[in-house]
Amino acid sequence: MKIGVPSAGPNAMTSDLALVTASRSGDQGAMTALYDRYSSIVYSVALRVLQDTGAAEDVLQDIFMQLWRNPGAFDATRGNMAAWLAVIARNRAIDALRRRRPENNDIEDVVVSVEHDLASEADRSRTMDKVRGALQAMPAPQRSALEMAYFEGLTHSEIAGKTGEPLGTVKTRIRSGLLTLRRVLAA
Amino acid sequence: MSVHEQFAEDLALYALGSLEGAQRHALEKHLDGCAPCRRELELLRGDLSLLALTTAGPKPPARARQRLMSAIADEPRLPVAPASERQQRSWWSARGWPAVRWAAVLALVVVAIGLLRRNSTLQRDLAWQREQFTDQGSRLEQANEVVKTLLDPDAQKIELVAAGNKPQPRGKAIYQRRNRNLIFFASNLPPLPAKKIYELWLFPANGSAPIAAGLFKPDARGSATVVNPPLPESVEAKNFVVTLEPESGSHESPRGTPVIVGLGE
Repeated sequence: MKIGVPSAGPNAMTSDLALVTASRSGDQGAMTALYDRYSSIVYSVALRVLQDTGAAEDVLQDIFMQLWRNPGAFDATRGNMAAWLAVIARNRAIDALRRRRPENNDIEDVVVSVEHDLASEADRSRTMDKVRGALQAMPAPQRSALEMAYFEGLTHSEIAGKTGEPLGTVKTRIRSGLLTLRRVLAA
Repeated sequence: MSVHEQFAEDLALYALGSLEGAQRHALEKHLDGCAPCRRELELLRGDLSLLALTTAGPKPPARARQRLMSAIADEPRLPVAPASERQQRSWWSARGWPAVRWAAVLALVVVAIGLLRRNSTLQRDLAWQREQFTDQGSRLEQANEVVKTLLDPDAQKIELVAAGNKPQPRGKAIYQRRNRNLIFFASNLPPLPAKKIYELWLFPANGSAPIAAGLFKPDARGSATVVNPPLPESVEAKNFVVTLEPESGSHESPRGTPVIVGLGE
């Protein structure tokens, strides 16, 4: 996945870019700054999935060490670091939850396309309010199917088994949930 | 161009990592040649990243920061000099150090970094393998305990029947044709007459001659177990039968009377 966020604010983007560039030169202080800026996002996502503080810390450590080893994995000119790290944290946490090997050993394979402004904390906060609102407004079974798939890493057949609903219904709910999110954010 | 509707729901599942098996394979094949669907997949992943960002939890503990900083300090990276600086150095080196010496040093550094990274990857793989090994060992131990309990001659085997009924001889054969595994439990068998023995027979589904599947003597309570007798490959069973046979002599075909007969599941 790649992140394409042409509308990201120039200051925050420059700042991320500067920190990533400095990390690429072996600057430990720059890496510390990136950690201070984004560790809460990574940890929150991992904790939500894993429900275990120790395991969430391991995911946090693993992701930032990979970023240290390969800062070029994040293409700051094309994307938003918060969204990119959130996706990586979710994927790694699901892998840990299912005790399987990471599907992609290198974080650089992850590309996300976000068309919303997430550059600053204020921008993120506004967008997240919209997303939370959309989730709350969804019918409960739709929200539940989406969250089981995303935060519990369940396959659609596992969700169907858990809820006793037909596979087709589960598939439709998940897609409808995602389309609802997109519609709300586009409004 | 728009997303192919027949793949729309599968794309959402694929973005979530929830699509499996043949459907996943079919979609990946389609994605190879369909730019609109690839674009839609990126957008779906973007939508999902927003879902991830909605999580709001506690901040990581301070020890996590310290742990990362220590790990980074233990794994320093050599800075990559900007292009302009590299040009200056090569001008200088042409007059000072022989260029070939710099090249050798650089090559060694590159090799060392490569080895460090490889080592780190191997360490992670090894940790993962250890974890898997421990997990499988634990499962194997559990399975062994179950088998030991089932086969332990000292374990109490109590059969429950309808109240007021006299327990009848019965048996249960669990047979896995692919691996030629057979476990047979019998209970309430009558005591053996002198110079007699019980024999288990496998009756093949293709109608060929019965196959001897083990001689056995029950304990004082009439219980007996036969585990993995030698059997030919890939024989589909139609039924299992226990007969009472002479203790001596040939046991290649049933000659005695059937004592218990399978229902031919």
